[in-house]
Amino acid sequence: MLRRTVLGTLVVALTLAPIVPAMAADPPGVTKTEIKIGNTNPYSGPASAYGTIGKAIGAYIKKVNEEGGVNGRKIEYITYDDSYSPPKAVEMVRKLVEQDQVALLFQTLGTPTNTAIHKYVNQQKVPHLFVATGATKWNDPKNYPWTMGFQPNYQTEGRIYAQYIMKNFPDAKIGILYQNDDYGKDYRKGLHDGLGDAAKKLIVMEQTYEVTDPTIDSQIVNLKNSGANVFFNVTIPKFAVQAIKKAHDIGWKPAHFLNNVSSSLATVLKPAGLEASKGLITALYMKEITDPQWRNDKGFQDWVAWMKKYYPEGAIDDQFNAYGYSVAQTLVHVLKQCGNDLSRENIMRQAANLKNFELPLLLPGIKVNTSPTDHAPIEQEQLGKFDGERWVLFGELYDASKK
Amino acid sequence: MTRRAPLLAVAVALAVALSLPLLVSNFRLFQFTQVGIYAIALLGLNMLTGYNGQISLGHGAFYAVGAYTTAIMIDRWQVPYPVTIVAAGVVCLVVGFLFGIPALRLEGLYLALATFALALAVPQILKYFEHWTGGSQGIVLSKPAPPWGLKISPDQWLYLFTLAILVVLFVLARNLLAGRTGRAIVAIRDNPIAAQAMGVNTALYKSLTFGVSAAYTGVAGALSALAIAFVAPDSFDVFRSITFLVGIVIGGLASISGAIFGALFIQFVPNWAQDISKAAPWAIYGVFLIVFMYVMPRGIAGALRLAFARATRRGTAESA
Repeated sequence: MLRRTVLGTLVVALTLAPIVPAMAADPPGVTKTEIKIGNTNPYSGPASAYGTIGKAIGAYIKKVNEEGGVNGRKIEYITYDDSYSPPKAVEMVRKLVEQDQVALLFQTLGTPTNTAIHKYVNQQKVPHLFVATGATKWNDPKNYPWTMGFQPNYQTEGRIYAQYIMKNFPDAKIGILYQNDDYGKDYRKGLHDGLGDAAKKLIVMEQTYEVTDPTIDSQIVNLKNSGANVFFNVTIPKFAVQAIKKAHDIGWKPAHFLNNVSSSLATVLKPAGLEASKGLITALYMKEITDPQWRNDKGFQDWVAWMKKYYPEGAIDDQFNAYGYSVAQTLVHVLKQCGNDLSRENIMRQAANLKNFELPLLLPGIKVNTSPTDHAPIEQEQLGKFDGERWVLFGELYDASKK
Repeated sequence: MTRRAPLLAVAVALAVALSLPLLVSNFRLFQFTQVGIYAIALLGLNMLTGYNGQISLGHGAFYAVGAYTTAIMIDRWQVPYPVTIVAAGVVCLVVGFLFGIPALRLEGLYLALATFALALAVPQILKYFEHWTGGSQGIVLSKPAPPWGLKISPDQWLYLFTLAILVVLFVLARNLLAGRTGRAIVAIRDNPIAAQAMGVNTALYKSLTFGVSAAYTGVAGALSALAIAFVAPDSFDVFRSITFLVGIVIGGLASISGAIFGALFIQFVPNWAQDISKAAPWAIYGVFLIVFMYVMPRGIAGALRLAFARATRRGTAESA
């Protein structure tokens, strides 16, 4: 009898054994000592220049882990190559969610790649935080409550230029050059929306180029011949250099608005010629790390020290490394705010609860703010004019969330 | 015994394939769905390149046309997805046949270049017809739900659906290639003048092979649109076409089973390479490629056939 009871108890205990810890289990990707986060980046393929962001994030997490982690937990950062290919991104993100069981997805990079996983991550209810793209659609908490952007979107930036042009150039004849894809079109739409009814009257010519084109010289000549006196230059660094140079060479001197994407001194303005770059206007939200005005800035110096110690193989003049550093700091802040509750629901709740959070590499005065109805963390920008040496900030901070 | 062995191998492979949904996770099943999709595309390319001797570096273009046919039909007209797969095949058959006609004038490397141009052009053409294709934003689809109230996951359903299409297309391909038509196709590859002398209409056969090959690849593209539930120009860059060529060479040229081995290779080896080294995954992939080509110059299917032939010869020698 006793034997039978003991055996019976054993059987019950053994069958329940695997269940009991499962019931008291930690949320996915979280243990007492660790939290797993997932990322995809293009480490190979046409967009591999962005891959340094993924590496910079890894380097920052290494620093955090060496300093003891977040609330006693180390961060395990799993990052895969998606080659900027949507099918590969789907496969890798499913691997992260279903096989690696990460607590959250962080900074998955690229507009097409994130579009491919957008629905999936929201169905799976996995936090999809601070995606690395300037498209506008990530701020849609009503339909996609698990997705959140990071940087100001391109349309917002386009509207900032529009406002400035309307105020300061009432007789503007605007010529636009933009890349023929969603990035270029978002900027164009922002400008058009900002100009409103005046767009038809003010815009005299629009030219496009393909990212695979060798040069854009003829587009610049066309824009000059159109009589435009305001130039809205929506190009990636390689073409921005060409555009600035060509305009200078053929003696076209419009008010030249250069998109933030190409605001780097090291990769754009210096190769194009500092003299030719004089007078350019752009909208900034981060400290341009190759701009000498930040050389004695504490935030910049800390970043340099971190680069030297944790990411020495990364380029010190690559703004992407400053971007990766900043976005990783934002994530660490969210995890700190989560305290001990690292359920996916709470991670999302805390990510949507950033209040006037300041990052050392954002421009002075720019703050990170989110709420359950606002999934656009950075919405402030300031205009800067290039004086031949540095971006001179002017005017007030523009805040997209208030307009 | 020897004659039945291939049949036995097919039966075992089919049994394994059918039991996979019970054995592996949804994620793995998704990967195997992609293997099935690639296998169909590779079989299509293999017909053209392996059997007929026409090199194509542009099959990614047909893959894209198939994918967009399905995506546009579902997105615009809410056509049931099985219908769109057939439509994708038909559209690619026509496009492939038409492309095959001018391609008749191009031999070997020149044809390779012409098809390469096709692969280069497609992503831009897709952007040009933005009204239909959604431009660079692409088209977002929903994953098809299992029909008839089946209690299986969408991943399981899509896997079985793909498997069914794969089996049908493989049987069709085998029948086509094993018969008169197949002999004509191979004869054109081996000696076009002799083939013509024997009364084979080389022009017609070549264009037809091009069409059928494109149709297979188009069906694969259509299935990929369903599996990924998203199409965009970035999904169909030149690299995809080159990957297909890698797949048929590694799998085994002029071999039907080679398509499956090649598909397994192009699906899993890049991932292994990434697991081995994050710093230089493509260098590792390159090493894999070279090793495979060195050890198995006739591809995986060729190596297996050779091994099998040796084993049975030894077996018969011993029993005698």
